[in-house]
Amino acid sequence: MKSNKVLDIYGKRKVFFIIPIVIAVAALIVALVFGLEVAIEFKGGTLMNYSYTGDIDTDALKTAAEGLGHGSVAVSTGSSLSTSTNTVTVSFASNSGLTADVLKEISDKLEDQFKDNELVSLNSQDVKPSSGLKFFVKCLVAVLFSFVLLVVYIAFRFKKIGGLSAGVFALVALIHDIIIVFASFIFFRLPIDANFMAVILTILGYSINNTIVTYDRIRENRTLYGKKMGLVELMNTSVTQTMTRSINTTITTAFAALAICIVAWISGVNSIISFAFPLLIGLVAGFYSSVFMSGSMWVMWRLYRDKAAPVKK
Amino acid sequence: MFLVWFMLKVLFADMNRKLFQKIRNGVKSDLKRVKKPVFFVVTGIIIAFAILATMGIHTFYGDITTTWIRGLTDIRWGIDIRGGVDVTFAPPEGTDASNDDMDAARSIIETRMLNNNITDYDIYVDYSAHQIIVRFPWQSEDTDFDPEAAVKELGETAMLSFREGRSSEIEEGKTYEDLPLVLNGNDVKKATAYYNTQNKDYEISLELEDSGVEAFSNATKKLAGTGYISIWMDDNLITEPKVSVHIADGSATISGSYTAESAKAMADKINGGALPFKLETSNFSTISPTLGEGARDAMAVAGLIGFAFIVIFMIIKYRLPGFVASIALLGQAAGTFAAITGFFSFNESFTLTIPGIAGIILALGMGVDANVITAERIREEIYAGKSVNGAIRTGYKRAFAAIFDGNITMVIIAMILMGAFGTSDSFCGVLFSPIFTWFGASTEGTIYSFGYTLAVGVVLNFLFGILLSRLMTMSLSEFKMFRKPALYGGANNEK
Repeated sequence: MKSNKVLDIYGKRKVFFIIPIVIAVAALIVALVFGLEVAIEFKGGTLMNYSYTGDIDTDALKTAAEGLGHGSVAVSTGSSLSTSTNTVTVSFASNSGLTADVLKEISDKLEDQFKDNELVSLNSQDVKPSSGLKFFVKCLVAVLFSFVLLVVYIAFRFKKIGGLSAGVFALVALIHDIIIVFASFIFFRLPIDANFMAVILTILGYSINNTIVTYDRIRENRTLYGKKMGLVELMNTSVTQTMTRSINTTITTAFAALAICIVAWISGVNSIISFAFPLLIGLVAGFYSSVFMSGSMWVMWRLYRDKAAPVKK
Repeated sequence: MFLVWFMLKVLFADMNRKLFQKIRNGVKSDLKRVKKPVFFVVTGIIIAFAILATMGIHTFYGDITTTWIRGLTDIRWGIDIRGGVDVTFAPPEGTDASNDDMDAARSIIETRMLNNNITDYDIYVDYSAHQIIVRFPWQSEDTDFDPEAAVKELGETAMLSFREGRSSEIEEGKTYEDLPLVLNGNDVKKATAYYNTQNKDYEISLELEDSGVEAFSNATKKLAGTGYISIWMDDNLITEPKVSVHIADGSATISGSYTAESAKAMADKINGGALPFKLETSNFSTISPTLGEGARDAMAVAGLIGFAFIVIFMIIKYRLPGFVASIALLGQAAGTFAAITGFFSFNESFTLTIPGIAGIILALGMGVDANVITAERIREEIYAGKSVNGAIRTGYKRAFAAIFDGNITMVIIAMILMGAFGTSDSFCGVLFSPIFTWFGASTEGTIYSFGYTLAVGVVLNFLFGILLSRLMTMSLSEFKMFRKPALYGGANNEK
């Protein structure tokens, strides 16, 4: 702000577009090679998590669980940082879902068989694939429907700067942010679960707000300078003027997310890390797209349209 | 779909014109001088409110604690935070369950929950998808609580029995099972609550299957005028009416001083015992309280650190507007907590889940943003050479459009989420029913919680982030000592 230099965002647009594309492609490759971890609340299945003491024979546990006749079983161990307890997770590969009756039976048998390890149930989850899929589709429809309404709203409120095209590019920026968040889930092997939905929804709101602040400045400068100012200059000026606010807002919210990440990590609450960490990534992505992408894309479209149809409306 | 589109189009166009102008004009006409004491009054109210909303008011009388105003300790945490059970029951696949069947099944579950001393639960029947969703927290006093066993029991077929004699007639050391059995669940066809226009009273009519007619006839013949028949679900007494006449045709009525609700509840319970199927779990998760408590404490610590950082950052960066922003944010945070705990008598307490906390973070982020946008604008105006008073006025005016649009988009998102993931009879549920009915009204409570906290936060943001922070800043600027451009971040550029 102290210097009145206008940043040339538009001139470097190609660099700004390439970076997220590289990230997206890398994420795609990782996803293709290593697969995607979908939590059972979406894909259906059964998982039981216990704390235990002493040394546990995971092979014996696997054999014992498989012996109950509900398909093959995967067993993995972990530990909680805060309470320094050891945990063991038994997950059934069959995703058909079991009933509470069966869960009780399994739980009782395992607890009995591994008495020395003092198994204590920490959490268990059992979802039928049909209900998991339904939940997922519903989330998807809710997100898509909000896309439609947001574009409509922006189209109305930003008529002065081309309404619908502004709305559409705000949406493109939004999709960019979601892809980046998705990529962070892929890179860090986080399961796609309800936390994923919560992050996507938060970023959706945050990103659209960022873009709106930028658009608002373009709208205002349009009124202020009229058609005297070229589109490229108009956009560069507006983005530069809102830059400090974008940085400061992002710093404060990102720090709050970071604080949650660190505290959750220290106390070993994984359910919150898998929410706060992607949120942090998403906040940065939201800043990036609204500052470096949505304006440039909008200008590119307007220039392209003016070239294609030089008649002024 | 098209109709909805059109309606929204009209709605938006209308909102665009009227609402926006109204609010803007309101802001404009308010841009008069604000008296000096306003700052202290507003700050005092916010601080008092923040203390009340966090601490609450409790009075102690011996061991009994009465809560007058609910504070932070009274927040109802979602089971994803404090641990508990979330389970969805459904009839076995291929069963054609009617709405009455679902009500009956619900009453079985409710009766058994109370029987297990689980009083703090949510239960929701989804008639279109034939599901019953039950959530209840871990029972704190019960360390050996076995959730699998509890859930298994909830879904069991209920054992309904009609027995000769009253519960008070059970001799010591004996159980209800020692009362002579008259009928069991298979013998009952249907119980219906209805309004008897002659007696002007709610009654329950009882229809028996052919298998039960004879036994019931014999029992009522024996007991008519003198004895009682008690009706039990498992070992819970449902009711014990006096037998007034001999009933030979298998259709009886139960009367008493019933209301419409209690008669329906009674009929549901009896039908529950006659339910021909057992409930199965289609979705079942448990979280232990040890995991939960860790999450809760971590969130509290992180919240404090985050808030402290924001306050320091805002004050260093924006000086006086930053200081005002911190007070406004305190108010906004307190308001959000108040909306969750049920501070005001008009709202009920609300269950706070992890996505709910995400909603709070987003809304507070929006609150910070509103203050940042305004403070930046004020600073710009000062750079442009305006007086402090002029800069504050123009700053708030110019910042308004961006804050307004940003917050309205939040409202849109919040309403869609509340419509999609709330109960279908709520306002948002009805509003968006054309889109989401196809999915049935499954309530994914955790995501609904996000929508709720976001919506509350946005409303508070309009109040604290826009209205009150402006009142405070303008009131402070009336003091000569607060009229230095340096306090608004403009010192270095003074000409």
